Amino acid sequence: MKKPGFLKKISGEKGVEKILMITAFSAISAILLIALFILNEGLPFIFKYGIKEFLFSSEWQPSKGQFGIFPMIMSSLWVTFGAMIIGAPLGVAGAIFLTEFAPVSVMRIIKPTIELLAAIPSVVFGFIGVMVLAPLIRNYLGGPGLSLLAACFILGIMILPTVISISVDSILAVPKSYREGSLALGATTWQTTHMVTLKAARSGIVASIILGLGRAIGETMAVIMVAGNAVNVPHSPLDSVRTLTANIALEMSYATGLHRQALFATGVVLFVIIIILNSIASTAIRKRKYGK
Amino acid sequence: MRILPKYTQRGAVVILMAATLFILLVLAFIVIFILMKGFSVLSLNFLISSPEDMGRSGGIFPTLIGSAILPILAIVIAGPLGVLTSVYLCEYTRETRITKIIRFATDCLSGIPSIIFGLFGFIFFVETLGFGWSILSGGLTLAVMVLPTIIRTSEEALRAVPQSYREVSFSLGASRWHTVKKVVLPNALPGIVTGIMLSIGRSISETAAVIFTAGSSLRLPTSLFDSTRTMAVHFYILAREGISNENAYGTAAVLIIAVLSINLIAYWTMNRFIAKRS
Repeated sequence: MKKPGFLKKISGEKGVEKILMITAFSAISAILLIALFILNEGLPFIFKYGIKEFLFSSEWQPSKGQFGIFPMIMSSLWVTFGAMIIGAPLGVAGAIFLTEFAPVSVMRIIKPTIELLAAIPSVVFGFIGVMVLAPLIRNYLGGPGLSLLAACFILGIMILPTVISISVDSILAVPKSYREGSLALGATTWQTTHMVTLKAARSGIVASIILGLGRAIGETMAVIMVAGNAVNVPHSPLDSVRTLTANIALEMSYATGLHRQALFATGVVLFVIIIILNSIASTAIRKRKYGK
Repeated sequence: MRILPKYTQRGAVVILMAATLFILLVLAFIVIFILMKGFSVLSLNFLISSPEDMGRSGGIFPTLIGSAILPILAIVIAGPLGVLTSVYLCEYTRETRITKIIRFATDCLSGIPSIIFGLFGFIFFVETLGFGWSILSGGLTLAVMVLPTIIRTSEEALRAVPQSYREVSFSLGASRWHTVKKVVLPNALPGIVTGIMLSIGRSISETAAVIFTAGSSLRLPTSLFDSTRTMAVHFYILAREGISNENAYGTAAVLIIAVLSINLIAYWTMNRFIAKRS
């Protein structure tokens, strides 16, 4: 029996909606699959080896069955912290200059240019670090050159586009009337900026820095190239260090058995840190969007 | 003692301007340095000949192919998925708990470092599904990686289509899907294309996720199950193992030119899109 036309139409619509709903779960299933497979490979090792041993022991000697990632955790934290010290003030200063002090036409050109540079492959940044920055550090400050300091500089530059782009957006989102009110009271542009505009844009700026942090802590190839990769808890900025990400990427190609599980467990630690950072950043951004 | 506002204003301008100039100088230096060093090696021959002696001499042809085919595969998979997801989020539901969870998952996915995607692709596509180090594994991994970018940019593009367009279509008796297909998607197309171009750019410059899933074979691939090496991976191996700095600069120059021009096209499309809207 033939269906009447309108019924067919409705069933087609329903079918489309079902298909769309299924595709909409692609992102969720992707993140669940990633979490499942990384945890499944890494968690059993963590429990077997002991969480405390794994996180707080400084002995990383896979051939002897010793897997302590404390040096890598400390290195990752230091590298990220250093990158933030360099990248965050520069980036926020750039964003303030572009939005509050530069002519609009200048900002319209410079902001996309900086965002365009976010696309430079991370390996290229790493290479610049090796060819230009490391020799400078070796000659003027001593040490091996490939060091914590070099990694901080390179990552600090790499997070600039993220920090600037999101900071600019959040500063621009501050209503013009706020600034006008302050200027009408006789404040200078700078007073208005740091007393009014920046206060209103605070959560967006914080989010931009946290997202930059996430990028810095997750960066792999650039860090492998410039950080030197020696397993030790850094004592000075000139020490050679190995981050969590570098640890995975350097040894994954030949690791087997317990060693491989230990690398996946390193991935678990990284995964957890990133999820926490991103949750904080997305809360901050949401506050900016809906909090007013 | 209080410093007069006149002076803090002047000081602030000087410091902020210096910071901005410094940023621009550093970023410009990186691009110009690589291009200057790379141009001495660049030639048509470099692009179309195969590498010899692990890349010490010869060109980069197989890696060009690898860098073209992996992003295309990633987009073929993630493009439809991402666009349909954004259609569902924008056109078919209101803000509910489910859409919130989908957005949260998208946010999380976009923040995951590429090395984690590499680990996941290795354990899931290479080993569990048995695809081996291959174009297929690499493309699928990149697809998962760029999915959030595509979802987010398409969503913004769909939201930028004025509500009145939809209302007119509904009032003419068109169904929801018909409206999406004939009115909303064509109008949102430039925005969607921008997202796709940005994703291609990101896939081309990716190293960590690709090296563990697509491998690093220098042979020309003949099937989806062959291993391949992208320009970014080739550059990494040349530079890291000190095989040839000259060829590394050359490869990096090609890589930068490719990525920057793709992103330029993306911005150009988006600007035209915005100009048309307003």
